[in-house]
Amino acid sequence: MAKSKSAYSEPGKLGKSEHHIIVVWVDNEAGVLARVVGLFSGRGYNIESLAVAEVDKKKHISRITIVTSGTPSVVEQIKLQLKKLIPVHKVADFKRNDPNILFKELALFKVVSSKKNREKAQKLCKKYNSFILDKSKNSFVIQVTALRREIDKLIETLSPLGLVSTSRTGAVAMTRGSEIFK
Amino acid sequence: MGKLISGAEIVFKVLEHHNVEHIFGYPGGAVLPIYDELKNHKTIKHILARHEQGAGHAAEGYARSSGKPGVLLVTSGPGATNAVTALTDAYMDSVPLVCISGQVPTHLIGTDAFQECDTTGITRPCTKHNWLVKDVNDLAKVMDLAFEVATTGRPGPVLVDIPKDIQFKKTNFVLKSSNKKKLNGKSKPNGKINSSDLDKVINLMKKSLKPIFYTGGGVINSGPEASKSLRELVSITGFPITSTLQGLGAYPGDDPLFLGMLGMHGTYEANNSMYSCDLMINIGARFDDRITGKVDEFSPKSKKIHVDIDPSSIGKNIKVDLAVISDVGSFLKALNKRIKEKHKDFLNSNKQNISKWWKDIDKWRQKKSLSFKNSKEVIKPQYAVQRLYELSKNKDTFITTEVGQHQMWAAQHYKFNKPNRWMTSGGLGTMGYGLPAAVGVQIAHPDKLVVDIAGEASVLMTMQEMSTAVQYKLPIKIFILNNQYMGMVRQWQELLHEKNYSESYTAALPDFVKLAEAYGCVGIQATKPDELDEKINEMININEPVIFDCRVDPTENCFPMIPSGKPHNQMLLGPEDEKEEVSDEGKTLV
Repeated sequence: MAKSKSAYSEPGKLGKSEHHIIVVWVDNEAGVLARVVGLFSGRGYNIESLAVAEVDKKKHISRITIVTSGTPSVVEQIKLQLKKLIPVHKVADFKRNDPNILFKELALFKVVSSKKNREKAQKLCKKYNSFILDKSKNSFVIQVTALRREIDKLIETLSPLGLVSTSRTGAVAMTRGSEIFK
Repeated sequence: MGKLISGAEIVFKVLEHHNVEHIFGYPGGAVLPIYDELKNHKTIKHILARHEQGAGHAAEGYARSSGKPGVLLVTSGPGATNAVTALTDAYMDSVPLVCISGQVPTHLIGTDAFQECDTTGITRPCTKHNWLVKDVNDLAKVMDLAFEVATTGRPGPVLVDIPKDIQFKKTNFVLKSSNKKKLNGKSKPNGKINSSDLDKVINLMKKSLKPIFYTGGGVINSGPEASKSLRELVSITGFPITSTLQGLGAYPGDDPLFLGMLGMHGTYEANNSMYSCDLMINIGARFDDRITGKVDEFSPKSKKIHVDIDPSSIGKNIKVDLAVISDVGSFLKALNKRIKEKHKDFLNSNKQNISKWWKDIDKWRQKKSLSFKNSKEVIKPQYAVQRLYELSKNKDTFITTEVGQHQMWAAQHYKFNKPNRWMTSGGLGTMGYGLPAAVGVQIAHPDKLVVDIAGEASVLMTMQEMSTAVQYKLPIKIFILNNQYMGMVRQWQELLHEKNYSESYTAALPDFVKLAEAYGCVGIQATKPDELDEKINEMININEPVIFDCRVDPTENCFPMIPSGKPHNQMLLGPEDEKEEVSDEGKTLV
């Protein structure tokens, strides 16, 4: 074993990293998003995507959905640290592959191309609840809702068909069935 | 409808409501309305520091020695940024501070106005919570909440940023307890300690052959009652106890059941007990990396119980077998009660179980890991601390420290018998903490002996606060173990960097005796071991601030020590152990 006389220890064994979706209910007040995001960057946690909006106008509660990855102990720490923030009401944590959870991302694609390619593009989008939001002579803007990896894939396949602009949200999540997270 | 009062007056009303007697601060443009209001509130005394960092550490010393929150008042911009070190220090060591900062008027926020900075942005990661008050009607509520957040749960610093126009604006003053938000359930750990948890703890204790209590700053933060309960718990179990740096004083340092401090510079018996134990009961400590050493080999054979008020402390560094989220004091009280009710004869029936364990511990004790080779020619720093202890132990002495070798020697050789008598920067390791902290301690305890055991490098970082001590006639004693080096840096360079003492020697140190005189206090110098007692006594008996320049052996190293990356059972005990090879990998980790 290497002999260390350092003031700090060497890194220990790492657990396996997994994707988690963390849902945080917060008071919608100034700086609250900075607190949540700052916690992640300050402690070296990862943010893959982020979605946030007020969901309760009366009580001013916002719902923040964060896709992150980390070892089980890191994910546990993320939850505990989030719960310590004063404006945080509750924190839910779902594994990305949990069958009881619905995940969706929304994406807008602008496709500029020939009629033939536009038709192809529209067909590819069809199974993802697509809507054409805007049309012109040589372009359209289409909206899809799908899983992250499906949108990743779509971007790849649409690129040769004239995809010129992509805008997408972070994932939002909800449990299946009649239960809600308390 | 009552009379309309200004934001500045509201600040003081809330301070009065919370029985604040002292605030530490430094005026400036953006807090002038609050300073203007000071004269109307005779029960609140303002202590003018010489630098906002000094004001912050003084507030910390005040808080730690009194158990009350420290209050800090600074101006915008540089006032706030200077306070950041103290806020971070308080955050790391769980010290309740309420920092009030001035801010440029609301209409100028975001315009890069004179002395503007994003104070809430800068202090967000080093406070429990902070607020920018943009409406004077929110001020009372926010100020009140600030005290609540700072002092409940795991204590810590908070900051309230008040723009200048809000300080002038008038409104009705309303402070209703119904105004209090429930802090989303965070202020107090919810629920009582359930008896099944207690029984689990007691069961593990009964089965254990090699138990140890590992206690930390949480016991101190929980109040003097918690220390009493801890003493009772140890006496009704007969288990050995070790403490972290921050926990010193919760249990008497000269008691035979106390193994001394653990960790990087802890005693041989404490660290070996932690390594070999079969049951570790962590009460209010946080498995800090200075304690655990190599995490993978930390106490490999033990079941671990962790009692902490902060849920995020559980499992952060070390996995535990049983966690109890609770205020340490309430837990200890409940546990003692349970043991006395259900297991009256715990001590005697258990004696046999742990007798072999105590024999092991006594063997480790034989190593006398805190011993050092004394000298007749030169003052050894350990000897200086020992003499200071012997000559001041009969007084109710308060000790603060700076950061470095002297801090560890103080922790090793000064024995504390009461909580709140030991103020040191453990988490952040802030050089320059001790002198201003001593100012704060002396403000809280005007008639007590307050000594800052200092290093000459650290103390120069906040030396300007001597002026504060002189102004308020605070007879603090700055006991400098002067080895002319940044001693701990020098020690690491000796061990790790082939004795390349890069920039760790301070040439052109001031003459501390003259410096003392320049500040208007008393300077004393000791250079020989045989004059030490007389001069320490002289220092103690002077009712004025004193700077004591204690010239010590410049090459002395602090032992014992766990080189990091090593587990607890591989300690260096003294110079003869130093000769091990240093790997390149080890060097990169400093």
